[in-house]
Amino acid sequence: MNDSHAGLDFGGRTIVWRRGGKSLRVSARTILVRSILLTLALVLAIVGVTTGTYVLSLGEFGQALVGDGREIIVRMVWEWRLPRVLFALIGGIALAVSGSIFQSLTRNPLGSPDVIGFDAGAYTGALIVMLVLGNTAYAPLAVGAVAGGAVAALVVYLLAWRNGVQGFRFIIVGIGLAAFLTGINNYLLIRTGAEEARAAVSWGFGSFASLGFEQFSPFVGGVAVLLALVATQATAFGQLELGDDAAAALGVRTERIRFVMVLLGVGLTAAVTAAAGPIAFLALVAPQLARRLTRARGLDIPSSALTGGVLLLTADLVGQRIEISIGLVTVVLGGGYFLWLLINEGRRR
Amino acid sequence: MTRSIGLVVALIALGAAVIVSLGVGARVVAPTAVLDALFAYDGSDLHAIVRDARLPRTVIGVIAGIALGGCGALIQAYTRNPLADPGILGVNAGATFAITMGAGFLGLRAPLQYMWLSLGGALVVTLLVYVIGRASREGATPIRMTLTGVALGAILTGLSSIVVLKNLEIFSSLRFWGMGSLGGRNAEVISTVAPVVILGLIIAAFASGSLNAIALGDDLGASLGVNIPLTRGLAIAGVTLLAGGAVALAGPIAFVGLMVPHAVRWFTGPDQRWILAFAVVVAPVLLLVSDVIGRVVLPEGELPVGIVTVVLGAPVLILLARRRQVSGL
Amino acid sequence: MTGSSELAQTRLAADAITVGYHGRAVSQDLSLRVPDGGFTVIVGPNACGKSTLLRALSRLLRPDAGQVVLDGRDIHALKSRDVAQTLGLLPQSSIAPDGITVADLVARGRHPHQGMLRRWSADDESAVVEAMAATGITELSSRLVDELSGGQRQRVWVAMALAQQASILLLDEPTTFLDIAHQIELMELFTDLQESGSTLVAVLHDLNQAARYATHLVAMRDGEIVAEGPPSDIVTAELVREVFGLECVVHPDPVTGSPSVTPVGRRRPR
Repeated sequence: MNDSHAGLDFGGRTIVWRRGGKSLRVSARTILVRSILLTLALVLAIVGVTTGTYVLSLGEFGQALVGDGREIIVRMVWEWRLPRVLFALIGGIALAVSGSIFQSLTRNPLGSPDVIGFDAGAYTGALIVMLVLGNTAYAPLAVGAVAGGAVAALVVYLLAWRNGVQGFRFIIVGIGLAAFLTGINNYLLIRTGAEEARAAVSWGFGSFASLGFEQFSPFVGGVAVLLALVATQATAFGQLELGDDAAAALGVRTERIRFVMVLLGVGLTAAVTAAAGPIAFLALVAPQLARRLTRARGLDIPSSALTGGVLLLTADLVGQRIEISIGLVTVVLGGGYFLWLLINEGRRR
Repeated sequence: MTRSIGLVVALIALGAAVIVSLGVGARVVAPTAVLDALFAYDGSDLHAIVRDARLPRTVIGVIAGIALGGCGALIQAYTRNPLADPGILGVNAGATFAITMGAGFLGLRAPLQYMWLSLGGALVVTLLVYVIGRASREGATPIRMTLTGVALGAILTGLSSIVVLKNLEIFSSLRFWGMGSLGGRNAEVISTVAPVVILGLIIAAFASGSLNAIALGDDLGASLGVNIPLTRGLAIAGVTLLAGGAVALAGPIAFVGLMVPHAVRWFTGPDQRWILAFAVVVAPVLLLVSDVIGRVVLPEGELPVGIVTVVLGAPVLILLARRRQVSGL
Repeated sequence: MTGSSELAQTRLAADAITVGYHGRAVSQDLSLRVPDGGFTVIVGPNACGKSTLLRALSRLLRPDAGQVVLDGRDIHALKSRDVAQTLGLLPQSSIAPDGITVADLVARGRHPHQGMLRRWSADDESAVVEAMAATGITELSSRLVDELSGGQRQRVWVAMALAQQASILLLDEPTTFLDIAHQIELMELFTDLQESGSTLVAVLHDLNQAARYATHLVAMRDGEIVAEGPPSDIVTAELVREVFGLECVVHPDPVTGSPSVTPVGRRRPR
């Protein structure tokens, strides 16, 4: 069943699998990296659930999972820690996939949805709900964030569209819109008192703290649907990297698939932002890190997804320990990594 | 010849802007009264408003405007990047970060301390953007510099936020300044910062001639006799002084440095000396007008000038990005 | 104007099309029937509309009027996947993703034949191996495309188009930037392909190469076809004057006997 010969030299161990009418080809290194990431994700998840102000043993954790053991522990696991860990994991996956999409789209490894104003738009939407409508409940905030992010994305896409979208213009327009929205956000912030403003700014950096299982199903459901759709379009989308003409020659409907993938990418970012506020840089860093780990060429969504999950889990754990918002952790660490990428990308050429 | 006339017109516009800035507010003061308040002070309420409340902020507006205009012209000429601006390139964020850290951790609040912190922060970011931007075979392309600036800006803003959010008092006191505002400063700050801005301006003026020569590339410039390392040093020094001064005075104000050189270039052509001269006059006009808009546009309270410039400037940036050929950048 | 090509079968044809960009028509009411199994070459001065015509034939450009017909049906009414299995295109400029190997890039040509669960069938593999052997790049299989020379890289793109196993191949200036040895090598490879049954349409800027290798030559100027037919029939000094505005002498190529064009020029030899 497992046919590890490669009649063709792809420059690295390749695993080919054929059975019935189905077939698959992956590089051995990619499989290895993905397995490690998956294991790491599980380990971090368990660490996340069992550690904290009250440390659980694995036994207690196992018991709590099936509903046995002391009630307070079961509640702690099911109502606080498990949702938070799962949010971080799935949120990281969603953001990483979104980042993959936009980096492939802008043909710039450093293109990222948060640079391009989606985060700012989500923040604006949420701020309007929070400060103008005075509503801090989760559902309205989520709606505001999704709406704001989607509108921002649409505006950037439209403004950058000129017989098709070109990477550089997309990025600059995005930066412009992000700045514009930051101005609007600042305006909204000064209208309120210092206390409220501080809370709003803090939310603006992202946090998984206040989420529970009621938000979980819609979140996971939404992300699952989006990810499934991405999976169906991924290979065709990857052909866009060859240039529009070559991709069209291979039968890819370029403008249509670009539009669809932008929608899916925005949807994924918006889903996470709605749950936890804007989390910067993860969408940018995860696909880049994944590429370097797997030495893959071009789009590799599964690896990016796993990397994103691991990264955000880590960031959440770190943020909890030193009591700062998860988004601030990702900004500082992610931004640093981004700079390192910039420096290295230059050196590599 | 036309350019000289244009410059005179711009100066007149500046004068008008000053008078408007002094005159407009909760109580509108007629231009003649404004002039009286300045030159024939009679101690009345009206004159007090003009002199004590509005004059400082107008002066700040003029000096900050000069600094921003000069800085923008300098950055765009030196980096050959039409989309450069101390805000986008993170220089403002660096200066802001330094001041925030100083205020938050070291309790440094005196104007002179602000000044030094601001300069330090601006210098570090300017150097980083320069070094990182150039570390590539293709050199410091606009996109590289922009991304470096954005990244640095985001990191520094994030770090500033960590400090500021932990401390409500600092958050409140830096809240308005952090968005760019001409108010809340006194004469002491002005007199500390003004010399820095003037020095920066002199450096920028010195560098303009060389900048014309390197507009087509370092190699060509060198063959025309330009001392490249010296010009580079002057540019970095000039940007640091001007941006640092502007931030120390009025907080991070974005897009003025971006918009003004472009607007001005349309009239003056590519000669860097004229661009600088005009930018330095037109930018304060823009800044003062933005400030006045900020004062009147809301039914109550006022909008910090930083917000007005962003709301005006971001669409301009987007327009510019749409107009240019992708490859042209 | 048209010679024996009228009697040949055609699978691909442009039927009275009007094409252009941004509302400005480059060609109006243009018709071309591509002879099956032949090597059709389109030549003409800059901006004569030859690339535009090729792009219309390859489904990249939608005509404002008229239609492009493939196997009897309007090409734009067909599913893009189906078209891709029949029609291959070598575009003028393509981008190789960073760090991709030769084998990976050629393998991408199999996309029209693959599905979500059918990612690398035995057919896919053999098609890629054959394509690489035909273009002589088998030893380069594991190399990074970025590291190759211009000539090698072009051969990789050709291999990718071949891996598609399309029976009709469209080539947009395939020999630009190649040195002359590689140009000839590529043209002979195309001739091999044509003789083993493929239909080829190429835009070339070298008139002599076109005259030497084409079975059917199409000369265009200002968006119109001025002449078409076998090169030996239509390449004359009058044609060259009319299409290119160049005075020349036409004589048989000493190696192949096809018409060879030598410009007269203004200056006399020293």
